[in-house]
Amino acid sequence: MSTIAERIAAAGTGNAIDLRGVSRYFGALAALIDVTLSVRPGERRAVLGSNGAGKTTLLNCVTGDFPPTSGTVRFFGEDVTTLPPHERIRRGLRRTYQISLLFQRLSVRDNIYLACRGVSRGRFSFLRSRASDAIMQSVSDLLTLVHLDSVADRLVGELAHGQQRQLEIALALAGAPRFILFDEPAAGLSPSERGDLVAILTALPAHIGYIIIEHDMDVALRVVESVTMMHDGRIFKEGAPHEIEADPEVQQLYLGGGHA
Amino acid sequence: MAITQATDAPIGMDEAQRNAAAWLSNYSAILLLGLVLLFLPAIANNFFLDQIVGWALILGMIALSLMFLAGYGGMVSLAQMTVAGIAGYMIAVFGASSLPAISLFWPWWVAVPIAILIAGAFGTLAGALSARTEGIYTIMITLALASAFFYLALQNWPIFNGFNGFTTIPAPHFLGVNWRSPVPFYYLVLFFAVLSYFVVLYVSRAPFGLALQGVRDNPRRMEAIGYNVTAHRIAAYAFAALIAAIGGILLVWQNNQISPFSVGVDVVINLLVIAVVGGLSHPIGPFIGAIIYVILRTFALDALVAVGLDGRRFQTLIGLGFLVIVLFSPDGVIGIWRHWSSRIRARGARSGF
Repeated sequence: MSTIAERIAAAGTGNAIDLRGVSRYFGALAALIDVTLSVRPGERRAVLGSNGAGKTTLLNCVTGDFPPTSGTVRFFGEDVTTLPPHERIRRGLRRTYQISLLFQRLSVRDNIYLACRGVSRGRFSFLRSRASDAIMQSVSDLLTLVHLDSVADRLVGELAHGQQRQLEIALALAGAPRFILFDEPAAGLSPSERGDLVAILTALPAHIGYIIIEHDMDVALRVVESVTMMHDGRIFKEGAPHEIEADPEVQQLYLGGGHA
Repeated sequence: MAITQATDAPIGMDEAQRNAAAWLSNYSAILLLGLVLLFLPAIANNFFLDQIVGWALILGMIALSLMFLAGYGGMVSLAQMTVAGIAGYMIAVFGASSLPAISLFWPWWVAVPIAILIAGAFGTLAGALSARTEGIYTIMITLALASAFFYLALQNWPIFNGFNGFTTIPAPHFLGVNWRSPVPFYYLVLFFAVLSYFVVLYVSRAPFGLALQGVRDNPRRMEAIGYNVTAHRIAAYAFAALIAAIGGILLVWQNNQISPFSVGVDVVINLLVIAVVGGLSHPIGPFIGAIIYVILRTFALDALVAVGLDGRRFQTLIGLGFLVIVLFSPDGVIGIWRHWSSRIRARGARSGF
């Protein structure tokens, strides 16, 4: 993995993600309470916590899948609190999904192609793309990046679960992402597939920062340099992976709490 | 798994020869079919040329517009026969018919573009109305549009001439050819059917067609990766309407007449049956469905009488035939064909051939 200093230098100044006093209520239920969180460009951060801690809600507030009840969300300095998801995508924000939302009846290549085409011009083109086309080139680069060359022409519905997760990452990398939100990318993966996932995440280009939400501490702590712990909709601890692992309060609440 | 044909070719062939051999064996069926269609007028009589193959190609085109929407877009539109019907009516209104009180008698090269434009606008509007719906609701909205047009045509006399409709609608004469005489008309129909088939096949792999298939598989994700799903659906309706409109014009020239019963709900349902029986997963499906439909429609009555049954039961026979096909293969004839060809290939692979 490249060092954090190199990556920040590559990505510019300011914060990539800046949440100020973000709360989200579902009726009377408070899923997120007054969360303030900053992530620098190129920084790789894990958000950990037990079920119901508010991790996925936090992610949805950043992507705009549902807006916060109060507070502001900034993306590279720009206030995006009220922007719809596709506008945030055009600004370089990407996410992956926990449940499979892939195009099951299309090939792996076509899935990635659609993602690349979605953030470029010519979405309505009736003319086929040539093999030498820039988009076709980035499709084959992405296939290699997520180790799916060998199954490029298989239908997604026929892929193993682990390969579908890898494809999910490729879709998030399409276009020119600046920041990615990974929603439990290791869920349901075998130990060897987890190894592949760690390899893919650590090999991402230096300027791309991410937030990873994960139940599996082993995966999460190997691919990040900072950790945010959440509990009951609030942030209660931030620090480097080794600090979090060693923290007695964290061990009490999370590791020893019967959730891990 | 598919066996690559190239590896079966005899050793000693160079790359180009192997490619040519692979191409030939992959496309031999379509090549043979193309040759038969091209030289059909030399071997078939006019009845077969016009009333069987010609009619099937026209119905296949209109069903192709439904297949494009349903197969690639997941939108089962029952308004495609209505789009074709509107194009046919407009040909009678703007061109010539036996009704000088209504028809404007403009030349065909004015009437045809106007007819396509109006039918296309209707098809696009149908898309705009149903693009935000899915599944059964799309079917209901488009069915409502189809039956609304049927009743409009039935009850409106100033433009649609009520239930009488129009007769004596001539096909054009140009380049010194009467395009309604059987052989020229067959080639005219064949040209547009083959053209629309290949255009649909081509577009299915172009960005627009791929995005449409993405919308079919997962509209929410398509929004999430930057597509305007509603706009894509409406554009698909517009494209499909173009094909249906051309089919509708050819149909009115072939029948020489059009009436509300050309666009009735039973006809609308027949078109859906044609597309589903042929198969919705490939543009050849609607043409297969159409030829089966036309053959049953033409010969079922005689066949029943020949075995001593009541000829009026021919609809039952057609219905049973379709039931059997759909029951055994959800993807129609294409599904059956794929199933058998993969079994034959698997057997060939086992015996090392």
